[in-house]
Amino acid sequence: MKAKEIAELLNGRIVGCQDNNEELTNAFSSDLMSDVLRLGGECSLLITGLCNIQTVRTAEMAMINTIILARGKKADEEMVEHAVDNDITIIETEYSIFKTSGLLYTHGIKPMY
Amino acid sequence: MHYTFDIEKGNFTNAGNASGSVKKTLKQLNVDPASIKRIVVALYEAEINAVAHAYGGKIDIDIDGDKIVMVVADQGPGIPNIELAMTEGYSTASQKVREMGFGAGMGLPNMKKNTDKLDIQTELGVGTTITMTVFLKN
Repeated sequence: MKAKEIAELLNGRIVGCQDNNEELTNAFSSDLMSDVLRLGGECSLLITGLCNIQTVRTAEMAMINTIILARGKKADEEMVEHAVDNDITIIETEYSIFKTSGLLYTHGIKPMY
Repeated sequence: MHYTFDIEKGNFTNAGNASGSVKKTLKQLNVDPASIKRIVVALYEAEINAVAHAYGGKIDIDIDGDKIVMVVADQGPGIPNIELAMTEGYSTASQKVREMGFGAGMGLPNMKKNTDKLDIQTELGVGTTITMTVFLKN
């Protein structure tokens, strides 16, 4: 799925990098960035309710190009700026992590493990 | 190539500046993405640890043809028991660090996992120097 399709599915809003046209294939859900940094292999999507600059930094280091901020969290200006600088797309949604993960799973997004 | 970065106590806004900068440099040098990820994850973990625990410090990065050496040297409390600190799940992180999404006791083990060489020199009440080496694939 593309970031725009995911944003529509989640009734969400895209901030940060707006021209992400990559095919997003797998996802990891976590509020603990330490666990995100331990992921082996390539991961397209981070689904999280943790909303601070280190969320974007963690995605940057873990080479994850799309973050979904669940349960109504909004990226602040610093997060958006850093995301734009590093070609990271942020999708904000009101849905919970559970609902977001379930919807994506039923639309073919694979788990990391 | 040599780069130096400062570490500022408790400054989580800047934590990751060195890792982000190294990532950009390695991309420009056409280092393979898997190696870049290992390097920047290890360095980022070290940056977070230093910002979280130390009073200040310095990061020195040296990149030559076949390896990158990253030295993270801080002035801080030191590590009382390295073996314990290397145990997954053991953490002395503050509530603030945990609120940032860290402090799960994975930092040092993850640095070891993502580097080819990890050396830790520590002295209680003085500080800790972590030296990480990753050999680059041609």
